[in-house]
Amino acid sequence: MAKGLGAVVVDIPRCKGCSLCVAACPTKTLALSRNINQKGFNYAEMAEDTCTGCGICSTMCPDAVLTVYRAKKPKAE
Amino acid sequence: MGIEVSLEGKEIVYKRPKALTDAVTHYCPGCGHGTAHRLIAEIVDELGIQGTTVGVAPVGCSVFAYNYFDLDMQQAAHGRACAVATALKRLMPDKYVFTYQGDGDLAGIGGNETLHACNRGENITIVFINNAIYGMTGGQMAPTTLIGQKTTTSPYGRTTNEGNPIRMCELITTLPGVRYVERVAVNTAPRVRKAKAALLKAFKNQQENKGTSFIEIVSNCPSNWKMTPLASNKWIDDAMIPYFPLGVFKDQ
Repeated sequence: MAKGLGAVVVDIPRCKGCSLCVAACPTKTLALSRNINQKGFNYAEMAEDTCTGCGICSTMCPDAVLTVYRAKKPKAE
Repeated sequence: MGIEVSLEGKEIVYKRPKALTDAVTHYCPGCGHGTAHRLIAEIVDELGIQGTTVGVAPVGCSVFAYNYFDLDMQQAAHGRACAVATALKRLMPDKYVFTYQGDGDLAGIGGNETLHACNRGENITIVFINNAIYGMTGGQMAPTTLIGQKTTTSPYGRTTNEGNPIRMCELITTLPGVRYVERVAVNTAPRVRKAKAALLKAFKNQQENKGTSFIEIVSNCPSNWKMTPLASNKWIDDAMIPYFPLGVFKDQ
């Protein structure tokens, strides 16, 4: 799978570790961290560089903590 | 530990909607209320109506909705959100008025106000979160609690002795003042997208003065169902949706 197409930035203090994004991620990019945030939740993070920027994780996130990035499309010549 | 990924050459395809405040919600991890809040905020952003939208917060888990939406909000007494929204809309017909209510608020205490607001055909959007339980007060039996479902006030499971679960969409559909009724769910990504489309239509109906729009969102309550967020989303598929079928009930 192509690498570096997309990225997910997690707002760590806000994440509640519900793992809905982890279960929904089609490329198994996301996982719950072994670390905890200020509230004691195992927050979500990118575990693999396989993100395609599809945004399904942010569709499922109840707390809107995910910002999804996708590689800009090269301009047609 | 997570990996570090460069953001160079990438553009944002999704970010937190502006119509939500920076407050961290008090909802339990995985609660569908957060998803429903986010969808409403996204629609407000997309339609560019942040300054002209008035929300009515209920009593229940979503009682603090006015802290989470960066909109004009009004808190109503328990169950009376539709009555308050009626006044708001009649006094300010150019504003977008929506109510955000749970099943105890809308179907239990506020059943009367809801039915009559719909019967009058008030030009408002009613967002109804159905999670089959009273969440805030500790998981008591609600009008929408399923037969056999265990709650703190029906520890052996609900029986028909306490009545059958109310299907609000089917009930509301029969009223002539209502123009749009749809039941959606927020337990899978495709359903969340459908829920957003339904809410968008419900808000747009207000532009066209089309009458009451009623959206029921079948949601989860992991804490009071005593399940993990993932198990509660699966329980929606297994138990809720067979009794509360999804789809459009009325669209005129």
